[in-house]
Amino acid sequence: MEKVIELKDVWVRYGNQIILEAINLELKEPNGLLGIIGPNGGGKTTFLKVLLGLLKPYKGNVKLFGKPPEKSRELVGYVPQYRGFDFDFPISVWEVVLTGRMSHTGFLRKYREEDKKAAEEALKTVEMFQYRNRQIGQLSGGQRQRVFIARALATNPKLLLLDEPNSGLDPHMQDELYRLLDRLKQEMAIIMVTHDLSAVSVYVDKIACLNRTLHYHNSREIPVEDLEATYECPVELIAHGIPHRVLKNHEGNS
Amino acid sequence: MFEVLQYSFIQNALAAAILASIACGIIGVYVVVKKIVFISGGIAHASFGGVGLGYYLGVNPMLGVLPFSLVSALVMGTVSKKSKIPEDSAIGILWSLGMALGIIFVYLTPGYAPDLMTYLFGNILTVPYFDLYFMLALDIVIVGAVYLFYKEFLALCFDEEFTTVQGLPTDKLYLFLLCIIALTIVVLIKVVGIILVIALLTIPASLSRKFTHNLKQMMLISITFGTVISVTGIGLSYALDVPSGATIILVLSLVYGLVAFGMEMLENRRGSRSS
Repeated sequence: MEKVIELKDVWVRYGNQIILEAINLELKEPNGLLGIIGPNGGGKTTFLKVLLGLLKPYKGNVKLFGKPPEKSRELVGYVPQYRGFDFDFPISVWEVVLTGRMSHTGFLRKYREEDKKAAEEALKTVEMFQYRNRQIGQLSGGQRQRVFIARALATNPKLLLLDEPNSGLDPHMQDELYRLLDRLKQEMAIIMVTHDLSAVSVYVDKIACLNRTLHYHNSREIPVEDLEATYECPVELIAHGIPHRVLKNHEGNS
Repeated sequence: MFEVLQYSFIQNALAAAILASIACGIIGVYVVVKKIVFISGGIAHASFGGVGLGYYLGVNPMLGVLPFSLVSALVMGTVSKKSKIPEDSAIGILWSLGMALGIIFVYLTPGYAPDLMTYLFGNILTVPYFDLYFMLALDIVIVGAVYLFYKEFLALCFDEEFTTVQGLPTDKLYLFLLCIIALTIVVLIKVVGIILVIALLTIPASLSRKFTHNLKQMMLISITFGTVISVTGIGLSYALDVPSGATIILVLSLVYGLVAFGMEMLENRRGSRSS
């Protein structure tokens, strides 16, 4: 069985600034949800861009399914972060989701029947098929997020990457999103990055902390030291307000 | 009134108006939705260097504009994306560089540069047959390219990063789109001139956006607006004996203003009624 993700000593820098430092990560299971938390500016989006092959690390090795990211495009689905996006753009839900098929359709070819089937299936999975003719701006934030997930699913990915999928969603919509991811993670590996600790809910199978360096222990619990190292502040400040337990019992915890 | 249609220069003007409206109707939509108005304006102005080059070499300036605008598009696209200079500064520099080259070329050309003004401000009433066929050929290339690359261009304009992740060569695709914009500019030069080209690339497309959320429909509506308004402009400029290019732009701006204002009024009314 091929490893889903294999990062070996990956370094990324922007100018003189080091964004990611000596990242090592191995993901073997072909399903499950890995949550990556960390503060804003901690390199989470950069990390995803490395996985997507959009950014080349200046040192280290990145492999998805045993191949470099550029060679595994049709296995990876991507749900970017949409801040400041032009939702007035003249494109329908259906056209958006079809663009998730381009890695399969190929350059300069028209979408085939199987592309349309895949798009339809993806829209049905996120329960947005009845909105397929809507312009993208005529949807609510939560619906739009589901459309972008459908676009990623249309690729038929084995690995789904989500960048802050919960931002801008109200608690009810967030909950719906997590339940959707919970269903999807049965069939594919999912990585979700977020700066919002409350997002690390019962649905996450594993957690990693990222703030320039990555702390990952192949488990659901984060050692307090990791969290403190990641957020550079005492755990008490962070732990409050977490709805589900993500910290294992530690000394002084009654 | 209709006897003016018998004049061949009027027939040519109408043909030119239609050919220009097709090109700017289709490509203007991309310029507007991808928000690349400034770089398009830069390509247009820089291609004045091509006009100058044409005069200098003693060939039809349109033949100088074509390669020059394509090179401007490629250089601007590459520099603005790849270099560390901020995109708008890079465009500003190349914009004026192209124009400066044009002025030097014209200066170095011995004798008088006839109808130089028509390239700057356009004169649709003096479009010769050769230019018409030239415009027709470019129109065919433009329509063909958009037909072939429709899905790719849509994806590129909507979400460049995602399109890259899908494995498409988005950098090259963007440069190609800029080249098609350059061709469109060449088609439009005779109608409104280099200085006013950007109006034809933005106003019909912005107008069409108010009526539909579909890219193909936008193109059709934008072509229709462009044709009707530029023909109206030609009529007015003929009747009032004022410059045609500027008249077309005035009518376009007026229609845009009225539509935008009217729609806002309607929306406000609807808003106050429902609240």
